[in-house]
Amino acid sequence: MSDRLRFTFGDREIPAEPGQSIGAALIAAGYRSWRTTRQGGAPRGIFCGIGICFDCLVIVNGRPSQRACLTEARHGDQVEPQEGAGRAGLAC
Amino acid sequence: MVGAACAFYCADAGLRVTVLERASVAGGTTSAGEGNILVSDKEAGAELDLALLSIRLWRELGDRIGAGQLELQPKGGVVVAQTPEAAAGLAALTARQRALGVEVTDVSQAELPELEPNLTRRACSGAWYPQDMQVQPMLAAAELLRQARAMGASVRTRTEVTGFRRDAGGALAGVDTESGPLTARWVINAAGTWGGEVAALAGAPVPVLPRRGFILVTEPLPVVVRHKVYTADYVASVASSDAGLETSVVVEGTRAGTVLIGASRERVGFDRQVSLTVLRTLAAQAIGLFPFLAETVLLRSYLGFRPYCPDHLPVIGADPRVPGLVHACGHEGAGIGLAAATGRLIAQSLTGAATDLDLTPFRPDRFTPEPARAAAQPGGTA
Repeated sequence: MSDRLRFTFGDREIPAEPGQSIGAALIAAGYRSWRTTRQGGAPRGIFCGIGICFDCLVIVNGRPSQRACLTEARHGDQVEPQEGAGRAGLAC
Repeated sequence: MVGAACAFYCADAGLRVTVLERASVAGGTTSAGEGNILVSDKEAGAELDLALLSIRLWRELGDRIGAGQLELQPKGGVVVAQTPEAAAGLAALTARQRALGVEVTDVSQAELPELEPNLTRRACSGAWYPQDMQVQPMLAAAELLRQARAMGASVRTRTEVTGFRRDAGGALAGVDTESGPLTARWVINAAGTWGGEVAALAGAPVPVLPRRGFILVTEPLPVVVRHKVYTADYVASVASSDAGLETSVVVEGTRAGTVLIGASRERVGFDRQVSLTVLRTLAAQAIGLFPFLAETVLLRSYLGFRPYCPDHLPVIGADPRVPGLVHACGHEGAGIGLAAATGRLIAQSLTGAATDLDLTPFRPDRFTPEPARAAAQPGGTA
């Protein structure tokens, strides 16, 4: 357990193994969804698990649309659920 | 797309139409495009005339069918000059186009952010073309075919033309397919990039060749790019006859939220191998135009083959070498935009109506040298 790392997800601390993806750690912590769709706000989480479907998007350290299934968890990461495209600031 | 437009306008003109599609609807040339309906990238000449007619017809189609059904967006185009030389060239181009009926406004460096807030602040000047539009090409092709069927046309997918039938006088009498022959008074060659193969099969070759292009697709975003935005060197790139790789960036949002990034041009036959060099170049140029793209994720890329003719004009109209054969192909990268005018002109010529434009610049036998053409005619002297 000593080499376990931790990242925050909202206001919770999530443990992860070295090399584990954020998506796998979230699943292990009991989460099934962490994003809502742009139209309709439906819940989404891991679907393909191999980086193709872009369903498991999450905000990592302020960067939106990161694929949770491919992004390796690092100690101290701040992970947030993503609503829609996660890029509202760019809209014009 | 061109074939679908031909079917639509011919059925609308009262002709009995059968569409033969080798694979699936929009599965060949159409699905590899961006959906450009542009006047902005056309210099004076026959293609600009065709583009101006097509813009008018696409608007009519939008009114008749519903713009939403086609994802037809009259968003306008913005051309950006990134160097003083490009700015001078762009100003000269807009002056020539304006004299020919293109609606275009020159835009200063200070005004560019009002049109495109996310655009680089390092651009020199620009031009705004309100007539430019965008359409979702697969959706539009499918919708025009659906409308054609409602007017009595039939559409057969997975039906490849394997040969042409002639009557005793040498005129076309129909085609052979794997599922049997079909009789027809006219056969329209709208095979896109494969139009040259179909023409050769009919005994009347036209030089339609593939010009490869890649398009990058970003993650879905809110509206971040309002117009079709491309760099001033795009016009030169479109008109170029260079065989090597050319890239000039075109950026546009879509109804689905993804941003499309084109456009590369290279003559490598039908090679479908992905070129990382091209993808990297396109991405770098797009970031130069819209810096925020550096932080966005690319979902995928796709590639396709523009059907080009050596003189960069399409082949439209009846082929005098083979009575009954009609061509509607070779539109290069402008086939989606020019499809409406092409379909209308084909329908007009088949029904004996006056055509909206003179078809002489697009005639199918223009590539044959004059002496050879004379020799090829029965009774001609070599």
